[in-house]
Amino acid sequence: MSALHSRLADLSKDEVKRYSRHVIMPEVGMEGQRRLKASSVLLIGTGGLGSPLALYLAAAGIGRIGLVDYDVVDFSNLQRQVIHGVSTVGLSKLDSAAARMLDLNPEIEVVKYNEPLTSENALRIFGEDWDVVIDGTDNFPTRYLVNDACVKLGIPNVYGSIFRFEGQLSVFYGEQGPCYRCMFPEPPPPGLVPSCAEGGVLGILPGTIGTMQATEAIKLLLGIGDPMIGRMLLYDALEMSFHTIKIRKDPACPVCSVDKADVALLDYEQFCGMPAHDHSEFSSVDDADDIDVQTVTVHDVKSALENGDDVLVIDVRDPHEWDISAIAGTLRIPKPDIQLAKNGIQAGRKLWEETVLQGIPKDKTLYLHCRSGVRSADSIAYLSEVGYDLDKMYNVEGGILAWADEIDPDMPKY
Amino acid sequence: MAKIRIPTPLRAFTDGAADIDVAGGTVGEALANLLDQHPELRAHLFNGEELRSFVNIFIGDEDIRFLQGLDTEIDANESLRIIPSIAGGLK
Repeated sequence: MSALHSRLADLSKDEVKRYSRHVIMPEVGMEGQRRLKASSVLLIGTGGLGSPLALYLAAAGIGRIGLVDYDVVDFSNLQRQVIHGVSTVGLSKLDSAAARMLDLNPEIEVVKYNEPLTSENALRIFGEDWDVVIDGTDNFPTRYLVNDACVKLGIPNVYGSIFRFEGQLSVFYGEQGPCYRCMFPEPPPPGLVPSCAEGGVLGILPGTIGTMQATEAIKLLLGIGDPMIGRMLLYDALEMSFHTIKIRKDPACPVCSVDKADVALLDYEQFCGMPAHDHSEFSSVDDADDIDVQTVTVHDVKSALENGDDVLVIDVRDPHEWDISAIAGTLRIPKPDIQLAKNGIQAGRKLWEETVLQGIPKDKTLYLHCRSGVRSADSIAYLSEVGYDLDKMYNVEGGILAWADEIDPDMPKY
Repeated sequence: MAKIRIPTPLRAFTDGAADIDVAGGTVGEALANLLDQHPELRAHLFNGEELRSFVNIFIGDEDIRFLQGLDTEIDANESLRIIPSIAGGLK
């Protein structure tokens, strides 16, 4: 394919030296490096995928790099978000990332957008002259938003996604091939697919996928090689296997097969039935926010367990979280199992569904807890839809994190 | 026997198994055999008799939607894949 733009910027003597390993390759050359300097790339997220992306694109001499993030650096980010460091814990991710990028390469410009990406601001931000957008987000609503806004504005979207030991890479470019929606017309319902925060991720995996996204961005900008348009790479780190599948443009795609002017950005949280970011006020309709869930504190849990009260304490976290820390004496049933059982029973199925719930008596007082209190509140809502009495169920405020803070200071937090 | 590759998010419902041998002459029969072996997968893959729209089944590098869907014939050493929708990246 041809390069995305024909702009060329001048290189100083120092810059020619800095980029000499690029410039001596015929595929890049002086012209290619001047083109990279005149290029602009917008990164959505400066976390796992965004860290290697920002570092390598800065080092490669992309002249203008935009960062969209609203978060602050947390100690637990450092397992994979290598652009940040202990010295920047507590700072905004934008300031932390920008300082590291400019230390690596002061010749570039970093543009910071300190806000969550939303349907209200996406077209303004994406419209500020970006040649390529790179999607390094962590949730479905934002992924659909990035896709739709890119298609509408005709910008290629370099997609990367990760889960545990598995990664996906593609280039969604409605002008020349399929978009994200051609492959994934609808998101999975909330609860069926855990997030990285719930499911975990190998810390190196975003490095692998993020550097491949950076490679695709450079290829698009230089117009060299075969970009991943119409293809998706599936990477399995445990097997160290790479498999490429074909993605075709859906002639009925509601986004990339209609006139760009007709593409309207949606309420993606509604579309996906889940919040897009921590600051969101979205609540999905069938989850806990629609009903009044009673609460108890971790001190109530402690005394109920100690006094042998007629209370069943249920831990609805995932099994691997139980190994990190757990309260002794709890019944353990993961929230996705409760949700699936509820869905199944409502659809008239029984076999597996009733097995899952048979350990939870309907006549007993139930205290439900998770890590912080969200999944357990949802679980109470699900149980209330299949015959459990709301008056007998209590959500443990603050979950096991509160237990670690208030009852057992030696318990590890995650 | 044909094989079906199970993606990580769904392995919680296959006792952790990544590759499952399945019997059947079509994609639909192979999936039915998979669900006989692991009934908990049903809610994730099907809505009634229809494949859920976010479930992508590939034979080799080709989407069954562009072949004959669930009626696509497969031979005994075919490799099928379920491609999951995953969203992780930032956090």
